[in-house]
Amino acid sequence: MAEPLLTLEGVTKSYGDVVVTRVLHGIDLVLEPGSFSAIIGPSGSGKSTLLNLIGLLDRPTGGRILLGGEDISRLDDDQLSLARGRTLGFVFQFHHLLPAFTALENVMMPLMAQSGRQEPWMRERAMELLEEVGLTNRAHNPANALSGGQQQRVAIARALAPRPKLVLADEPTGNLDTQTANEVFGLLRRFNETHQTAFLVVTHDPRLAERCDRIITVVDGRIESDVAHTPGTPVDLR
Amino acid sequence: MPFEWMVGLRFLREGRFQTVLILGGVAVGVGVLVFLSALISGLGENLVAQTLGSQPHVIVRRPDEVPRTQAPSGVEVAARVQRPAQRLVTIENWPVVMRTVEALPGVEAVAPVASGAGFAIKGRANRSVALRGIHLDDSNRIIDVKRRLVRGDFRLGGAETLIGVELADQLGVDVGDKLRIGTAEGPSLLLTISGVFDLGNKDVNERWVLVPLSNAQTLLGLPGGVTSIEVRVSEVFDAEEIARAAEAAVGQTAESWMALNQQLLVALRSQKSSSYMIQFFVLIAVALGIASVLVVSVVQKSREIGILKAMGTPTGRITRIFLVQGAVVGGVGAVFGSALGSGLAILFVSVARNADGSPIFPVAITPGLILGAATVSLVIGLLAAVAPARRAAQLDPATVIRNG
Repeated sequence: MAEPLLTLEGVTKSYGDVVVTRVLHGIDLVLEPGSFSAIIGPSGSGKSTLLNLIGLLDRPTGGRILLGGEDISRLDDDQLSLARGRTLGFVFQFHHLLPAFTALENVMMPLMAQSGRQEPWMRERAMELLEEVGLTNRAHNPANALSGGQQQRVAIARALAPRPKLVLADEPTGNLDTQTANEVFGLLRRFNETHQTAFLVVTHDPRLAERCDRIITVVDGRIESDVAHTPGTPVDLR
Repeated sequence: MPFEWMVGLRFLREGRFQTVLILGGVAVGVGVLVFLSALISGLGENLVAQTLGSQPHVIVRRPDEVPRTQAPSGVEVAARVQRPAQRLVTIENWPVVMRTVEALPGVEAVAPVASGAGFAIKGRANRSVALRGIHLDDSNRIIDVKRRLVRGDFRLGGAETLIGVELADQLGVDVGDKLRIGTAEGPSLLLTISGVFDLGNKDVNERWVLVPLSNAQTLLGLPGGVTSIEVRVSEVFDAEEIARAAEAAVGQTAESWMALNQQLLVALRSQKSSSYMIQFFVLIAVALGIASVLVVSVVQKSREIGILKAMGTPTGRITRIFLVQGAVVGGVGAVFGSALGSGLAILFVSVARNADGSPIFPVAITPGLILGAATVSLVIGLLAAVAPARRAAQLDPATVIRNG
């Protein structure tokens, strides 16, 4: 078996100093390279907190998070930021493009943000990715002049620009109509196959969860079930 | 283009209206700064120039006569020591004194003067005057009379005199007329008026009578002597220092125009400090304006900042995005502001004119002033951006993204 991409060992997370609210109670989770998993669970179950921890946007209260074998508690904020930029990509429910920039510039943004300048190869890679999401002809449009589905496709291209090992998608189709949602999800699966990028999708939508290889159910800050799943078969979300 | 510049500039462009407003604010601030500085320094230079129009920069003269005690020091022999009346006496060995002063660094020109009280008589009218015996060409390098001659010729022959316009008016005389000049010492001379000058000072125009040095020596009873040596220096504000150096070098009393015009200097200084005060508060207002616009921008863009952080932008780079915006607003505002300030100054000069159409005083817009204002504006922009930039850097990407 290949080395795990990301390992969570007994991770807990609490908020508040006076009234301590424990959101996660000892999560153990291993994500493999090239996997395609879903996290499902009711609202308030702690999925988002878990995603923030996996996304290295937050630090755990207890337990360890290993990124490619390295304990992230040993990294300072800037090193963490750099590790995040190199290894992880994000796709959010509300695409979160930068409206002041064109589609192409948005895709190049993570590359420029990390290196601090613009280089010709960045433009080439961004153009390739835009081609893969079928938006070559929209490359020079301002981000806010695109439709919702187009913006989400740009966001996916952007997440993939630094060639991350893992893309975290938080309700990636949350505010898209069914057909557009299907297309967008199809894109994620295709990138999973062609680029061997691992995906972790947080969703409420059973039809999306059904198309994943592994379904992790979080309830009340604990992993209730973690099962392999054959894409296409129905899934019980309760 | 570095990433920080690209994003910073794009953010500014995106916030079009805000950016225009704050650029306007900075421009007005810098404009006031430039205009006020130019006005105050122009006014100051003008006042100094006017004052120095009829005054030498430094006057070297004999020390006042004081009684010298014969008793050993510390022993008091008299309850009261009366000061003697100051006679008109020559500077001893004045050609040597003059050459020594002339050799001092910073001294541009020197001229001997024999001056004293006299009176001008025309018919039954007489006026008390200040008699100034000079070598015309030497003296003109100290106090420029040639340029301010209103009638007649710039000439001082053996029996000629140059007088001020007020005196000419009061005595009803003009170029070519004869005027008797006398002194309390007794002698008097009949001189022909060769020219009439206007030094821009009523008192001087009323009292000054310029005569050849030898005539003054005769009239004042100072054969071969001079009462003072007048000095022109290259930097007018170094005059006091040069006066001190001259005193040390020649053992005579030397007074600078600065010592003689303390009130003017105090006035200039308070004018300067009140203008600094105004400029300081204008700058504070500009800084607060830039800071408030950037703070609003950080709040508006918190989501975008969160995304930039999530995609691995180091904190320092986020900080610099906002510092760049502050610097650009400061810098571009300075360009517009300098143009505005210069425009105001030019307008002022063209509007504020004397009756004869000449400007009341020149407004001094110098490259140094513009450069200084631009630097100050840039620094202010940067400083104003520090707090917003830190705020942006401290945004927590997780919260920001979650709250959309």
